[in-house]
Amino acid sequence: MKATLILANGAVFRGDAIGALEERVCEMVFNTSMTGYQEILTDPSYAGQGVVMSYPLMGNYGVNHEDNESRRPWAEALVVRHLSPVGSNFRCEGGLGDYLRQHNIVGIQGVDTRALTKLLRSQGTMNGMITCAEHFHVQEVMEKLAAYRVSGTVERVTREEPQVYAPTAGSLDRRVALMDYGVKQNMVECLRKRGCEVTVFPAHTPAAEILRGERVGADYVPYDGVMLSNGPGDPADNVDIIKEVRALYESGIPLFAVCLGHQLLALATGAKTHKMVFGHRGGNHPVKDLEAGRCFITSQNHGYVVDGDTVDPAVARVSHVNVNDGTVEGLKYSRPNCFTVQFHPEASPGPEDTEYLFDRFIASMGGGRNA
Amino acid sequence: MPKDPSIKKVLVLGSGPIVIGQAAEFDYAGTQACRALKEEGVEVVLVNSNPATIMTDKDIADHVYIEPLNVDSVTQIIQMERPDSVLPTLGGQTGLNLAMALHENGTLAKYGVRLLGTSPQSIHKAEDRQGFKDCMESIGQPCVTSDVVESVDGAAAFAEQIGYPVIVRPAYTLGGTGGGIAYDEPSLREIADRGIHLSRVGQVLIERCIAGWKEIEFEVMRDSAGNVIQICSMENLDPVGVHTGDSIVVAPTQTLANREYQMLRSAALDIITALGIEGGCNCQFALNPDSYEYAVIEVNPRVSRSSALASKATGYPIAKVAAKIALGFTLDEIPNAVTGKTTACFEPTLDYCVLKIPRLPFDKFTTASRTLGTQMKATGEVMAIANSFEGALMKAIRSLELNVRALRLPKLDEYYTDEIEDLLVNVDDERLFVVAEALRRGVSPRKINSITKMDLWFLDRFKNIIDMEEALIRCKGEPDADALRRAKEMCFADSYIGWLCQMEQKDVKALRERYGIVPSFKMVDTCAAEFDAETPYYYSSYDGENEADARDTGKKKVLVLGSGPIRIGQGIEFDYCSVHSVWALKRLGYETIIVNNNPETVSTDFDVADKLYFEPLTAEDVQNIVEQEKPWGAVVQFGGQTAIKLAKALTDMGVPILGTSSDGVDAAEDRERFDEILNQCHIPRAKGQTVFTTEEALRAANEIGYPVLVRPSYVLGGQGMEIAYNDRNITDFMRIINLTVQEHPILIDKYLMGREVEVDGVFDGEDLLIPGIMEHVERAGVHSGDSISVYPSIHVEDKHKKTIERYTHDLAKALGVIGLINIQFIIYDDQVYVIEVNPRSSRTIPYISKVTGVPIIDLATKVMLGQKLRDLGWGYGLYREADYFAVKMPVFSFEKLADVDTGLGPEMKSTGEVLGIAESFPQALLKAFKGANMRAPKKGGRIILTVKDEDKGEAVGIARGFADLGVEILATEGTCRTLEKAGVPCTPVARVSEAHPNIMDMIASGTIDLVINTPTRGRRQNTDGFKIRRAAVEHSVGCVTAIDTARALLTARQQGRSRDLQAIDITKI
Repeated sequence: MKATLILANGAVFRGDAIGALEERVCEMVFNTSMTGYQEILTDPSYAGQGVVMSYPLMGNYGVNHEDNESRRPWAEALVVRHLSPVGSNFRCEGGLGDYLRQHNIVGIQGVDTRALTKLLRSQGTMNGMITCAEHFHVQEVMEKLAAYRVSGTVERVTREEPQVYAPTAGSLDRRVALMDYGVKQNMVECLRKRGCEVTVFPAHTPAAEILRGERVGADYVPYDGVMLSNGPGDPADNVDIIKEVRALYESGIPLFAVCLGHQLLALATGAKTHKMVFGHRGGNHPVKDLEAGRCFITSQNHGYVVDGDTVDPAVARVSHVNVNDGTVEGLKYSRPNCFTVQFHPEASPGPEDTEYLFDRFIASMGGGRNA
Repeated sequence: MPKDPSIKKVLVLGSGPIVIGQAAEFDYAGTQACRALKEEGVEVVLVNSNPATIMTDKDIADHVYIEPLNVDSVTQIIQMERPDSVLPTLGGQTGLNLAMALHENGTLAKYGVRLLGTSPQSIHKAEDRQGFKDCMESIGQPCVTSDVVESVDGAAAFAEQIGYPVIVRPAYTLGGTGGGIAYDEPSLREIADRGIHLSRVGQVLIERCIAGWKEIEFEVMRDSAGNVIQICSMENLDPVGVHTGDSIVVAPTQTLANREYQMLRSAALDIITALGIEGGCNCQFALNPDSYEYAVIEVNPRVSRSSALASKATGYPIAKVAAKIALGFTLDEIPNAVTGKTTACFEPTLDYCVLKIPRLPFDKFTTASRTLGTQMKATGEVMAIANSFEGALMKAIRSLELNVRALRLPKLDEYYTDEIEDLLVNVDDERLFVVAEALRRGVSPRKINSITKMDLWFLDRFKNIIDMEEALIRCKGEPDADALRRAKEMCFADSYIGWLCQMEQKDVKALRERYGIVPSFKMVDTCAAEFDAETPYYYSSYDGENEADARDTGKKKVLVLGSGPIRIGQGIEFDYCSVHSVWALKRLGYETIIVNNNPETVSTDFDVADKLYFEPLTAEDVQNIVEQEKPWGAVVQFGGQTAIKLAKALTDMGVPILGTSSDGVDAAEDRERFDEILNQCHIPRAKGQTVFTTEEALRAANEIGYPVLVRPSYVLGGQGMEIAYNDRNITDFMRIINLTVQEHPILIDKYLMGREVEVDGVFDGEDLLIPGIMEHVERAGVHSGDSISVYPSIHVEDKHKKTIERYTHDLAKALGVIGLINIQFIIYDDQVYVIEVNPRSSRTIPYISKVTGVPIIDLATKVMLGQKLRDLGWGYGLYREADYFAVKMPVFSFEKLADVDTGLGPEMKSTGEVLGIAESFPQALLKAFKGANMRAPKKGGRIILTVKDEDKGEAVGIARGFADLGVEILATEGTCRTLEKAGVPCTPVARVSEAHPNIMDMIASGTIDLVINTPTRGRRQNTDGFKIRRAAVEHSVGCVTAIDTARALLTARQQGRSRDLQAIDITKI
């Protein structure tokens, strides 16, 4: 069946429908990763968005249950040049096309994804609609596109109940509270394999509850550190959460934050964020660690960024910058044991070169076996 | 860290002659590196024995030495030039080994020269088998169970322990020379023996056989600050077991999920970090298709063939960045030339699919074993870019120039399906087509996968192509728009669609244009469109948006056609010519557009021409570019036969051919027209006729009288050319020639055994400039490309030079040549005959340009644009002879190609060449022999002599000469008798068929320094001579197969003095 992608600027791309056969409006973003489509689809940060993959061959290795980054896919739509009808890999449990249909993700293939990427790059991320309808009323579509905004996504993607994950390596070494604003499973795994017991909390959990610690028998054992996860949407929308983040910050507990978490803490401490033209989504972004004087290739997925000029030097300093465009990629707070990064050290998908930041977080918590 | 200010003068080591395993990619890398160094104000001293390279041009380096790449000669250059540093990692294995040898013998320390970039310790760690294994173990990277052995018994013992099959890999060799898979003890003993012999350090690695695993490669880069990046991932279609140089390779990897991909990427970065490499590095992995299990197969601590491919596949200039890193820059300090905004510190991301297919020489070596294994056999490769795997595959197949236009080998049509299934087990160059044919016959992908271990995803893509073919066959007459669009998106050629649908090619084109299915061009920009880029590097697609820059620069556009894959007969020389023509055109203010498909070359570097189209060189693919660019003119003279074949098609498209017209080309190739021109010009040529059938050939041969030369017209490098001495030969050769369909007649000429002379000339319509006359050491009968060529000529009398000049002038004029002309003459019985005329560039142009200083391509380009030689300042007529002698020596790759007869004949067999330059002929000859690594026996050495009857008389003098030098002469019965009769002391040696120890045992014993064996006629392989020659090659014993070559070797030994050899900076000539 034919499908059409209509963008807010009036551009139209025709192709063949893949996935769910229904009309869907979402914010269209592009990702330049050459592998990891399943991780991308299941990354909660893509809630409300449709993903254009710039690499043209998708679905080559199928899908499997191990590569899910959360309980379900969150992306609304997938736009590809070619969808492979077969998936070939020892872990493959099914094809990407079936997966899209099962999870009600709309999709389109046969699109000139390079032209589409160039359009989104030059004119910026914009809303789009994928439809299988042969005829549509342009005016109506434009109204729908104009009305759409990614919002309320953190509430949508976060979990309802706290969940405890035992360490996967070593004995119980540290207890970490991980705030789920749209957390990727690999963030949990990166902590677990470093001997942490990880309690993942719903996004709106009050700081006081976190700071009280984990209930063990009749007592509460304090957490050794708190991690703020990645997540979707405009960080500034999360007014209530930002207040709780502020409280966590003020408590002095070791803090490590990634992506949305990094932005929320910046907002909580007085800095500003702004929406980027087309964001950073992919697995090849160079980031310079200013302290180490070294560059690392990172996995990224963000459309908003902390405005470096608004960071109060008394509060924090920029620790990492993007080598390509100089944007803020990390902050080191003056407050002890508090640092945040914009990119994804948990990778998945993408390069694992900055996973060492989890070690740094572990070290910042002090105590433990290696203290 | 910015550039290290203490680096002021750098010695760059080239990779020497083109051989299998080490081809043009190092000219590309070296040229890019030299330019990068000069850009930083560093004085560059270059040494490379290969004169056909661009890197050995005066404008690439400050001091250029075309000298043998050995310790003595490079030490001398170090003494003369006193560089402060040497860059060892851009000259392939040759450069790396040489640098290590200079480090190990203390030369570098003695002259205070340091190795730039990677340290000797790092190189050692990566190159030494045990050192590497230890290093990998220390960082937890799994290697294949293996052990280094230094004896055949040791190999057998270890293999017993780990179980057969095992892989044998010699240490420090090119392209896995001498390696192989052994399935049992006898085969292991044979391979191990050869491998130990070929290894520089007498070691081989015996390892667990993991054939069938996926072979994955990562190109990675590291700087002095420890920043590490990955440039490109590649996946071989052929699983582990086939040398990566002979594998079909796709980039990026296709069948790895993110988890496996990142696992191997991280491993590659850990490896380059552990080895401490500063620059580029290639890591090869084997990945179990059924688990996460993997093993590191090999690491190259240098720029390699894979890095050339990775560079072209991604647009990331690996060699340039590696050179800057060697100077001390860090990745984030080096700008990304593609985007102009970002830095070299990022990882390229692709939004297309790249496919490489090796170019194997079996069209030339029809008797060679086509089996592919761990020993590389390809001479070159093609690359194609498309937005689908299918498209890249179809384009790459067309680029091979093997008369195959799609995933279909017509000869397989004749096989029954069960025969096709049987063929699947053969791992050879035709397996791709056999697999496709099996799918076409309905064999299931699973079954094919179980036999070939090719991943199901690839098989499914092949199936997709075959389904498309069937859809087209079904819509006989006129395909609908949808089918046509899908076929074009898979890059089916119009001609192939036409064949499938039973339509004329032009009707297919007209139909798709009516449907609006027209090509558009996409950009290779390293970043999948994330950043604005202006790289003029394009590939075709059938997607909507066309990115080709259509801005009118106000300049006239000139299309330059490249020469496609490197193959025997069409080597790097033609890339030299194409690139120089582009540079000349740019200097003259033209906008240049190059079309080529060879990832190893300088011409496909995106900053050579104003625009680069990475496309197949077929009429249809070129037409797409013509329609996009509407060039003012096209240049076809410089791209070898590949380009010149397209002259007529371009003329039909309405593109003016600059210089000699397609009609002139035809006049030189068409026997009847050419004979008429010779008659008009009163130029004698050997009697000849054109024929099509064996019967006609026999009649012609008998009329002309034996011996005769038999060859197809319109071919390269004397392909299929043979000397026939009798009717049986004729029948034999005609059968072989007609194995491939001949569009053009076959030529039968009287064979004149005279002195062969060759000229290159530039003709402007009135005047002719001949930069130099070259004389061949071997008499006619040995292909000019395989002959030792001497400039200036030694034996050509002045009157003959005058005749040659006149003939060249008259022929050029009569053929309507504007630009280059290459003519081969024979001087026979005091008369000059024309053998062959090529109205195009030749393989001697680069060398003759360098030794005479005449910028031949520049002049030819200007002349093609209408300028006159009289105004160009280089005069006309025969250019004055240089003060130096330059000897061009062919280099062969026989040790890589089992079952190929090493005997020289009219068909070209060499893969590359070296040059020797000196003040005297013997010294130049000696240098050239050294460069070619051909050692003449010294006092106390031993030669085996066994020559055919015709050569016995001349053999006496040669044997006596060597005997006088104190060399022991051994000979087989007939030759021995002749020598003894002539009073030359000689020891008899038993023939191949006689009892042991015979001649074969002698060769294997390692006590023989040289074999002189001149082949008897014919192509049969079971002769003693064939066995002797192969035995010599396989035991690394020098083997000379033409009596003239043997004499030259004697001359070099008698009159040359190694001690007095002086390195010459050709920029000062």
